[in-house]
Amino acid sequence: MDRLEHFASVLTERSFFDALAAPLCVTGDGVDRVTLYLKAETSDFIRFNHAAVRQATHVSQGYATLAVVHGARRIESTLSLTGRLDTDLATLLAERSALQAQLADVPDDPYLQLPEAITSSSRHQTGVLPSPASLVRDVAAAAQGLDFVGFYAGGPVVRAFADSRGQRHWHHVESFHFDWCLVLAADKAVKSAYAGTHWDDSEFARRVAVGAARLPLLAQTPRHLDPGAYRAYFTPTAMGELLGTLSWSGFSAKARRSGTSSLCRLERRDAALHPGLCLREDASRSIAPAFTADGWSKPAIVSLIEAGCASGTLNSPRSAREYELEANGANAQESPEAMWLAPGSLAEADALAALDSGLYVSNLWYLNYSDRQACRMTGMTRFACFWVEDGQLAAPLSVMRFDDSFLRMFGEGLMALTDRAELIPESGTYRERQLSSVTTPGALIEGWRLTL
Amino acid sequence: MLDQLESIARRVAPAVQQWAVRGVEETSEELVVRQNVAQAPSRCRDGGVMVSVVDRGGMGYAATADSSEAGLAAAFDEAKSLAHATAGRTVFDFSRLPAVTARGRYQSRVEQPASASGLKDKLELLASASAAAKLDDHIIDWTASLWTVDAEQLFITGDGGRAEQRFSFVTPNVQATASINGVTQTRSAHGQYNGFCQQGGLEVLARANFAADASRVAREALELAMAPQCASGEMDVILMPDQMMLQIHESIGHPLELDRILGDERNFAGTSFVTLDMFGHYRYGSDLLNVTYDPTRSEQLASFAFDDDGMPAQRQFIIERGILQRPLGGAVSLARARALRGDIDGVATARASSWNRAPIDRMSNLNVEAGDSSLAQMVASIERGVLMQTNCSWSIDDSRNKFQFGCEYGRAIRDGQLAEVVRNPNYRGISATFWRSLAMVGDASTFQVTGTPFCGKGEPSQVIRVGHAAPACKFSRVAVFGGET
Repeated sequence: MDRLEHFASVLTERSFFDALAAPLCVTGDGVDRVTLYLKAETSDFIRFNHAAVRQATHVSQGYATLAVVHGARRIESTLSLTGRLDTDLATLLAERSALQAQLADVPDDPYLQLPEAITSSSRHQTGVLPSPASLVRDVAAAAQGLDFVGFYAGGPVVRAFADSRGQRHWHHVESFHFDWCLVLAADKAVKSAYAGTHWDDSEFARRVAVGAARLPLLAQTPRHLDPGAYRAYFTPTAMGELLGTLSWSGFSAKARRSGTSSLCRLERRDAALHPGLCLREDASRSIAPAFTADGWSKPAIVSLIEAGCASGTLNSPRSAREYELEANGANAQESPEAMWLAPGSLAEADALAALDSGLYVSNLWYLNYSDRQACRMTGMTRFACFWVEDGQLAAPLSVMRFDDSFLRMFGEGLMALTDRAELIPESGTYRERQLSSVTTPGALIEGWRLTL
Repeated sequence: MLDQLESIARRVAPAVQQWAVRGVEETSEELVVRQNVAQAPSRCRDGGVMVSVVDRGGMGYAATADSSEAGLAAAFDEAKSLAHATAGRTVFDFSRLPAVTARGRYQSRVEQPASASGLKDKLELLASASAAAKLDDHIIDWTASLWTVDAEQLFITGDGGRAEQRFSFVTPNVQATASINGVTQTRSAHGQYNGFCQQGGLEVLARANFAADASRVAREALELAMAPQCASGEMDVILMPDQMMLQIHESIGHPLELDRILGDERNFAGTSFVTLDMFGHYRYGSDLLNVTYDPTRSEQLASFAFDDDGMPAQRQFIIERGILQRPLGGAVSLARARALRGDIDGVATARASSWNRAPIDRMSNLNVEAGDSSLAQMVASIERGVLMQTNCSWSIDDSRNKFQFGCEYGRAIRDGQLAEVVRNPNYRGISATFWRSLAMVGDASTFQVTGTPFCGKGEPSQVIRVGHAAPACKFSRVAVFGGET
């Protein structure tokens, strides 16, 4: 079976979506608006353990969310699609009729807000992806003699939107994401990733070799630290975990207004972040679609923090109507999809020298709020974290728990941000392959609080 | 779809060493009333098939929602192609897996099917709960929700296996946020992320005391907003069942998953401090600790007759009188583990989140068995401590050892008496020693059946339903602390 046939699925073809949208997105019989949103993908999922294949899965899936609106009433239904046009169209038409009938039982929603502008967009990016057989060979060759454990996900991903007023948005990207650990022993490992749209065997092999070269450092006797405050350098990957946790309620307009956001103190000016901190939702740098599931176009940039002060929130259309704000392309959860933290001035190559003595934190793990009102987070160090002395990696660290306020860490505690922001694509595959990302530099922090 | 699946599968299945087909059809409805305003109802109908093929020692999976003869044949081709592409380069020679021949049925016990109640009635029920949660102006946000799911699954194997299972799940919840003098606190009926999740129909609402619970939740949110911070220090704690749920889940369930122990999850969900040599003799907890894998409790979230690899499920002790007995691993992991240690045992717990994911080891229903202490006896035994209820924060390390958990609601305990409400109760510890500090186990009067619909794990990632039933339990000398705000 060749690659074209392997990934061939009408579910990710525009002609299939258009053929569904045209007869479905039609008003009448007490319906003012009909919308259709498609999430589809054809994916290879291959997981490895001990440099061998644990599971190899090919998934073809498509989900259509159909919504009908009358006045201030809305109801929606999501259906899996077979890829057989006649079958899917008949199913969706029947569902539309059922939704129309149920609209009568739905109360008016005073906060319902739908886009007024009629916009359309199209992005269609093709790629070059490995076949499962060649990927398995590549891993076997590159990981020979290594305890390689990892996960490859690749194939086309589609998001599409249509409505009865003529809106049409299309987003099709063929991409891959492969991340892996080279494990020395127990929880000591070097984690690496390779993501993009055009697979290159030699680049993959090079990245595995770079990781392998770092393994001897992990073989040294680990340093056990006592709880206390330490200077620490966070790599962009570790920063992605901190910013990802901050995204959990931090920028949501609804959470701010209902007092449950972790950044309420920042907004009230009871606390301030470092004046050098600038954080934005930057769709222009994003791998996510430029439109939402409700057909709203995303602005290029939404300012969230400027000069260390709260400067904006992510406003879903519903929150915007409820709190009399301007909707700004946020999803229903009001969580960032393309967060960008402005780089600073510390040359990345000088980060260890600037740290001098302290922790080099390659990865963080399992973060959560320990006191959301105080924006206090807890979590663990993971993988290849090191104790640094005189600007040199001195010894691997035994895993440590931290419990510290983000407002303190990135307020009075922030010493410097590095001068290069790295794009970290979301690797999650819950329900479907994710398209969000965080772009962030590394950070040097004073007084990071370790507790266990 | 499922009514034709077996005949089509047997017609188009290729000539291979082993094959299986697992069809899933699931319908769900999510209703939310926030601040007395109904949000747009959302429902979902999801159906598809996962095909697996073992051939030449390799194994491949292919998922499709096209269950027609052509669709299933194409999926078989994909799965067979993957089996051949991986043959000789797999973690295990899959041709050594035992044939799956089990046959049988399972159906959730349902008294009042959710589908028999109209949308209007359900929205009115939620509107009533929402209104009851608005006790006064200090309640600044409040929500009532109801999530119902009906799922049907048919598992067919080339060796004659056939498992037909039908599930119904109901998850109601109420949540209220109170703000007083700059202090904001959120209280929920059974966890902000879980709800009272059980198998069954709308009779689950009565078991959850849903109709009357909203005012209790709001009242406790107000209490929390006026409460002092939880004290810090080493002290005894009583964990109520809706926190025991999380404690069991993170520090017993995950570390005992056999695929973690075998290293599969080291790149994502993590490894385990537990190793294969520990089973049969390792002291996991005090003599009072008895943990069962129990798929037979009808109302519990992960009860079933067969796992998703067709292995028959039966109740087993995982930890007995504190001693570790067996891991949570299904047929594939068990075969791999037995190549390393021949006497290792397992349970039927390889499960997939839906038709589009392959089964991996999960924890299903994992319960702490009731003891013989009443809650009053446990409180009376504590000179200085805190009672904690309802998880709201969870974090644990890669090996599932160093943990820190937080609860919504705390009550100080002084001189054997329950004292004031405290906010932001947190505690931390180490799994390998924490369960040895289990000092008293609550009796049947303190026992509750809980769980979570959102256990995440796996590559590709999967969210799955797990059940945890437990009594209230007392732990000695725990590191406890409060918050800052």
